[in-house]
Amino acid sequence: MATGVPAAPSTLTTPALRLDKAGGWKLFLKTVGARAYPRVIGAQREKSWMFFEIFLPLLAVAAYVFVYRAIQAPEEYIGFVIVGGAMTAFWMNILWSMSSQLYWEKETGNLALYIMAPNSMMAILLGMAFGGLFMTSVRALVIFVVGSWLFQVQYQVTSFWQLFVVFMLTMIALYGMGMMAASVFLLLSREAWHISNLAQEPVYLMSGFYFPVKNLGFVTALAASFIPLTVGLDALRQLAFPSGSSLGFLSVQVEIAILIGLSIIFLIGARWLLAYMEKLAIREGRLTESRR
Amino acid sequence: MNFAIRTENLGRVYKIRGGKKTEPKSLTALQDVNLEVQPGELFGLLGPNGAGKTTLIKILTTLLAPTTGRAWVADFDAVKEPDKVRPRINMVSGGESSGYGLLTVRENLWMFSQFYGLSSAVANQRIRDLLEVVGMSDRLNTKSSDLSTGLRQKMNIVRGFLTDPDVLFLDEPTLGLDVGASREVRRFIRSWVDGDATRTILLTTHYMVEADELCDRVAIINRGRVLACDTPTNLKHRLQREAIFRLEVSPLNGKGAQMFENLPGVRNVAHVEQDGSSVLEFILENDDVVGAVVNTMTSGNIHILNLQKREPTLEDVFVDLVGRSMEEVERTQEEEAA
Repeated sequence: MATGVPAAPSTLTTPALRLDKAGGWKLFLKTVGARAYPRVIGAQREKSWMFFEIFLPLLAVAAYVFVYRAIQAPEEYIGFVIVGGAMTAFWMNILWSMSSQLYWEKETGNLALYIMAPNSMMAILLGMAFGGLFMTSVRALVIFVVGSWLFQVQYQVTSFWQLFVVFMLTMIALYGMGMMAASVFLLLSREAWHISNLAQEPVYLMSGFYFPVKNLGFVTALAASFIPLTVGLDALRQLAFPSGSSLGFLSVQVEIAILIGLSIIFLIGARWLLAYMEKLAIREGRLTESRR
Repeated sequence: MNFAIRTENLGRVYKIRGGKKTEPKSLTALQDVNLEVQPGELFGLLGPNGAGKTTLIKILTTLLAPTTGRAWVADFDAVKEPDKVRPRINMVSGGESSGYGLLTVRENLWMFSQFYGLSSAVANQRIRDLLEVVGMSDRLNTKSSDLSTGLRQKMNIVRGFLTDPDVLFLDEPTLGLDVGASREVRRFIRSWVDGDATRTILLTTHYMVEADELCDRVAIINRGRVLACDTPTNLKHRLQREAIFRLEVSPLNGKGAQMFENLPGVRNVAHVEQDGSSVLEFILENDDVVGAVVNTMTSGNIHILNLQKREPTLEDVFVDLVGRSMEEVERTQEEEAA
């Protein structure tokens, strides 16, 4: 600030009507929108994601496609792989971005400012989730469209309405899980990295990203169903491919019911854990303490 | 609002976890702090690093629970009624790296304004006005990752004022700013408080000049305890009867200042090493005592390079209360930590 800088505008320093500030639901929505903004805008400003999050997943998808073609697997499997590859983007977003976000917010000093502000922390988490969902949907859509075009996948949707409901419920349950994991990762602090690493590949396998989860056997597939992508992906495949239902794990209706249950559990869990985390942060002082 | 800030026997003890085989240790960061800050006041907390200033601010900003006592901000209990305190406060810390590097200065500030419920139109107008005040109008659309440390700190300062809080907490706000920028920020802080009798600032600093120049009242804090609380003028009046001398001498080479401490009439002596010389700050009962000090130096083969009598400063008040300079206290703490 150089000397000779203009004096403060009178609106800033003289007595004036204090600012009108929104509260209640209006504040909640403003917070959600504001916290989603960095994610939405970030996707446009940091273009490197196109390589890492579209090209590289497409390579993984291509590898499975070539294997399935080589062993002359049913043609639906190619479509299964494309849908699984697209949904991978959401899991990566949950694991590496959503879950570890509060930890990073702590490190940069934002977490203390979020807690201190009059907004709800749930709105902050929802903002992160919506921002992440928007950004990842673009990536998933690109993988889906390019993959389907490259490998000439044929879809035969039995019910667009159900397909939409399943997708939305999967996203609600998945991002609810991410919101819940954000508090868990913060509480575990540095060990969060190990959990992310640990969870990545096993979930690819257990959720049947590249093959029908039914092949894992009933008990394993059922155990894997606590991850919303497992049942969500299975239901999407059943609704998008002619022989999908014969390769499905459970009926679509049951899977929708499971997704509704998971959505409720994870969202309530996220809210409870967030309140616990805030309480612990205030009691011990360490959760808002940046190491820098 | 009766009091902007009030604390009653406030204390905080941290439990520091040891290793698997060691017991957790306790660290008393605050002890029996009793403060009353009036609305419209610019109140300073002056103390060395580790004195408990930030802990006190964290409690008042609802980020930390005290282990003893109570605290009220804008007449609301900071522990039991955080939802009522939070809309009325904001905080800026020196050296913080809040916000997102991918966002521009305007976008970062807008985002934080939304968490307080400001309309976008009002927020954007205030962002432009405040950035002009801190000389950053040309950085409105600069990504915050491209800002220097000083500019980033100015952005943080704008963030604090943006929501026009009733009580603003500034924790070492001029940390990382150059001299000119610090002066301008101080001027703005003063004019902001003076502009409305309902605005209050609690400012922590370990810069004596900042506290002296800016604050209506100052509390001197060390090792978690408030040692004195008054206007800077009244605090300095405590030393009005004493004589304060600053002597620059040839290097003491390990002789230390202890040789002067037992001289009759010497109230306190602080010692700082410089390049090629030592600086001793004496608080003496009266002017006559300086003769004994000079004699001791001469007999100890210490050459006097410069001798000055000066008016008391807050630094002298601190030395008088603590027995050592703030720099010495911080150095000792660093050595203990190492």
